[in-house]
Amino acid sequence: MTVSQANPDKRDPAAAHHPAGVGPQGPVHETDSQAEPLVVDRYTVLARVNHWITAISFVLLVLSGLALFYPALYFLTGLFGGGENARAIHPWLGIILVIVFFGLFLRFWRYNLWERNDSVWLSRIRDVLGARDDDLPELGKYNAGQKIVFWSMAVLLLVSLVTGLVIWDQYFYQYTSIDQKRLAVLAHAIAAIVMICVWIMHVHGAAWVRGTVRGMTRGNVTGGWAWRYHRRWLRDLVAGKDEEHHTGATPAE
Amino acid sequence: MTFQFVLPPPPTTDVKPRMSDADLIQRSASTVTPPAKRLTEVAKLIDVSKCIGCKACQAACLEWNDLHEEIGVNTGVYDNPPDLTPASLTVMRFTEWVNPETKNLEWLIRKDGCMHCSDPGCLKACPAPGAIVQYSNGIVDFVHENCIGCGYCVRGCPFNIPRISQVDHKAYKCTLCSDRVAVGQGPACAKACPTQAIVFGTKEEMKKHADTRIADLKSRGYKNAGLYDPPGVNGTHVMYVLHHADQPQLYHGLPKNPTISPVVELWKGLVKYAGLGAIGAVAVFGALHHLVKGGNRVPHEDEEKAKQLAEGERV
Repeated sequence: MTVSQANPDKRDPAAAHHPAGVGPQGPVHETDSQAEPLVVDRYTVLARVNHWITAISFVLLVLSGLALFYPALYFLTGLFGGGENARAIHPWLGIILVIVFFGLFLRFWRYNLWERNDSVWLSRIRDVLGARDDDLPELGKYNAGQKIVFWSMAVLLLVSLVTGLVIWDQYFYQYTSIDQKRLAVLAHAIAAIVMICVWIMHVHGAAWVRGTVRGMTRGNVTGGWAWRYHRRWLRDLVAGKDEEHHTGATPAE
Repeated sequence: MTFQFVLPPPPTTDVKPRMSDADLIQRSASTVTPPAKRLTEVAKLIDVSKCIGCKACQAACLEWNDLHEEIGVNTGVYDNPPDLTPASLTVMRFTEWVNPETKNLEWLIRKDGCMHCSDPGCLKACPAPGAIVQYSNGIVDFVHENCIGCGYCVRGCPFNIPRISQVDHKAYKCTLCSDRVAVGQGPACAKACPTQAIVFGTKEEMKKHADTRIADLKSRGYKNAGLYDPPGVNGTHVMYVLHHADQPQLYHGLPKNPTISPVVELWKGLVKYAGLGAIGAVAVFGALHHLVKGGNRVPHEDEEKAKQLAEGERV
């Protein structure tokens, strides 16, 4: 994979000219230009496409779902062509979301397994929020916050899928009792509210930690970003110890 | 008995409807200004002890509302169709019950349909503005042009009444013939009932009439005869006279103390406000954190460290 062109961060043009690290085809590589820092691949094209389909379907689900939950937001059904269409489209968007999220799940679950360092990181959440990242343990590809987002989304989507099928009257009305449908619609609403909160934290984390979003747009991050936030992941990449290399998968997916 | 409820003949001249949007006291997913002048509360009284199970009310309902039930199958009992449907807004429920005290077989026939609750669960659950309305005379009506077919009214209803059409995906239930009542007529079922088991008038009149019926039943040995006007939903505008009012469940599962399910109350109450609070709190925290701390930026030294690491130095 070829590497980024212009570097947006030109605070120190003198920091330059180092020989290539792992090589131009590897996950860690340096650019031709002297001013540009080390660049590390983080997400493949397929992973990014997968992520953004997930993101779009999630946002559409939130808009149509909130419209049917809060009367003050009922006007949002206009985005879908009216209340009837919003009601009809919402469950299909849910099916799409579950399928594409499952794609993300298969890609990322191994990197989201909980480790001892994650508990340490979490116990020092004040340092995290205070941007004192030097005081935090070295982390793999994801920190505890990201892992919590991953697992809570996985569990809550499963809850939403099951409860959503129970209240999808058009196709599944006869399979459950009204009492079950009442509990399902309550659980569906609660799961959705928690997911929206988790999603806000996800977006906030990505926006607040500068240089994160480019990982999901251009697919790579700077070496300094990897060093600061996911140092063990960077060390493993440099050492060629990335699991994906051994399993033959694409680098740093 | 001299007290009779003969409904007036249909008008032969144009009559101005006496019910309009100005008479709404509740409107789903919206707020209404309560009308200064309320209509008189109306009610339909169904005297189960007088019902002969002829289904004239079912036929009249289909005819007046221009509905067409599909040809069904015989399920072995008199109930036909076996359940309420988007076309059958009312259904006779037949129960055979052996009274343990008298050893008599009693044929309990209840005309099922919307009860027009004063506290309508359907309206509380409905997310579509104006799809369910309640008039000041007590009639709860579905406005189909606003209905989105989500089925939330089915979850809200304590009596399992609304049915969603698989044809147009709208919810259907008894209207208490709001169109007839608006022009001074009574419901089609009451008009058709040959034994006056179904009568219609003001709620006060109906309660008085029920008292005479209950006194009559008690004089004939039904010591538990009584009126079914459940307080759990603040009373209804369709009431029953039951010979066994202490056991309404006998009448095909008529609930003893119907209320809007606490699950629905939670969903449409606390969860709504707590959810708004939680989402708002997380969003405000994120925005403030970002504003106060500024972005978390990678310092230049870290880029250098990364390069040294990539060059093979021990860092």
